Amino acid sequence: MTQMTENEVVSLAELMIVAASEAWRDNGELLASGIGVIPRIGASLAKLTHSPELLMTDSEAFLVSEPVPLGARGDYQPKYEGYMSFERVFECVWGGKRHAMIGPTQIDRWGQTNLSSVGPYEKPKSAILGVRGLPGNSINHINSMIVPNHGPRVFVAGEVDMVSGVGYKPERWAPGMKQDFVDIRLVVTDLCVLDFGGPDHAVRVKSLHPGVTFEQVQAATGFPLLQAPGMGETPLPTAEQLAVIRRMDPHNLRSQQLKGNPPAVRTAAAA
Amino acid sequence: MALNKEMSAAQAVAQLRDGMTIGIGGWGPRRKPMALVREILRSPLKDLTVVSYGGPDVGMLCAAGKVKRLVYAFVTMDAIPLEPWFRKARESAAIEVMELDEGMFEWGLRAAGMRMSFLPTRCGLATDVLARNPSLKTIQSPYADGEVYVAMPALKLDAALLHVNQADRLGNTLIRGADTFFDHLYARAAEACYVSAETVSERFELDAETAKQNPFERYLVKGVVHAPLGAHPTYLGPDYGWDMDHLKRYNASATEEGGWEKYVAEFVTPGESEYLAKIGGTERAAKLKQPVF
Repeated sequence: MTQMTENEVVSLAELMIVAASEAWRDNGELLASGIGVIPRIGASLAKLTHSPELLMTDSEAFLVSEPVPLGARGDYQPKYEGYMSFERVFECVWGGKRHAMIGPTQIDRWGQTNLSSVGPYEKPKSAILGVRGLPGNSINHINSMIVPNHGPRVFVAGEVDMVSGVGYKPERWAPGMKQDFVDIRLVVTDLCVLDFGGPDHAVRVKSLHPGVTFEQVQAATGFPLLQAPGMGETPLPTAEQLAVIRRMDPHNLRSQQLKGNPPAVRTAAAA
Repeated sequence: MALNKEMSAAQAVAQLRDGMTIGIGGWGPRRKPMALVREILRSPLKDLTVVSYGGPDVGMLCAAGKVKRLVYAFVTMDAIPLEPWFRKARESAAIEVMELDEGMFEWGLRAAGMRMSFLPTRCGLATDVLARNPSLKTIQSPYADGEVYVAMPALKLDAALLHVNQADRLGNTLIRGADTFFDHLYARAAEACYVSAETVSERFELDAETAKQNPFERYLVKGVVHAPLGAHPTYLGPDYGWDMDHLKRYNASATEEGGWEKYVAEFVTPGESEYLAKIGGTERAAKLKQPVF
């Protein structure tokens, strides 16, 4: 494993991992599912620092008492504490004891997400994965999102092309449909951290990454944004957090998540 | 009573008919009954409704024009996230689709296995899953809460195709992988279930711990097919890993001119024993790495 020296630059991916880990703070005992490299390291960081009560899996079928490092494991033996088949994951979903973070293809101002297809549904311009578990996840438990390429193609002006995950759009909810369990927390992007804490769940910028302006985020977003009270700068990772991140990601997969693996602190020119 | 249910893959596929609804077990690139899928590719079967947590099984059947309608929540090969032939079929509007939440899909299989017309769920409400599937209806709780649910209809299968680690001629099965996925529900949802297996023995003689790996009853099984490496190129824990080289070769077939026809000529038409030789046989399969997630 390579050791980072003092003068090595903290990457934007690492800053996003720390921001992602905050999503799982004070969640209590529930299943933390970070899908993809940045969310998974984020969940691992949460469990290994501020939220040891979280449950995590080996991303296959077992609960582990210690988050499993990403990629080839060498001599590392997972520390199993229980079982979590896909069937049991669904039970966690329906019981509401889960907080998942995924990267949808599109997100709209109501927090609705799309992982199905882009363009006309009958003959899509691009077929993606399918709605997967998004309808069930979004209506049953806490969800957060990751966006590695903040732009108007992700944060669309209108509704997402195929509503896969539910959100806060009143017209979508007929009388009798239970909206109480919908709980969208953070959207961590390569520019900022967003939440849905404005009036009627309006989207707010919670913090800006170093060197990014609100105007820049607004220009890259297809709908109007609010500034959260006390909107500040997304914190840089501490030395302790960086050490955990390196331990969880020994093959440095995080360096491949953002185009060009930019540094956490952008210069005006790079921005 | 037929206590010997063993048959060839061709005999199993010969019992399927055009227009049938076929459930395919496994999950994405994991423990798919690919030997049975290849047998369908060799057959004249057509106009199938395929019900699957989809991987290359769905992609290959789409590439071969066997699919009229697809019932799915996703189609992916995980390490290659976007399934190329599924995408082509979707983007050219070549197939009808019923796109469901993963949990609704499970509920549909469960309802069928329990001989219910539907099961209620919140999954799918307020999404385009309902808007795009007008056949899906909602139902109101008759109790004081009055909550409105999706009435997920039973996904009844004419046949289910599964691949397991071991079977006996009576139709007893063992799934030794870490996760059995939802294969037991496919078996229960189907009129007829055909199981392929790495090994087929006369009769199981198991210890109690091993017997716990039996996922469903033999009365659900109509046919047992001996198919060594029958999940290849998908992954069969703990016997062999996925074959990424092969999956990449298959993936590339979607971008070459006449790619699918070449793939079929090389790997499908010559038959299963040729297939095994071409992929390097058991020797190479033993070296395929188990995926690390």
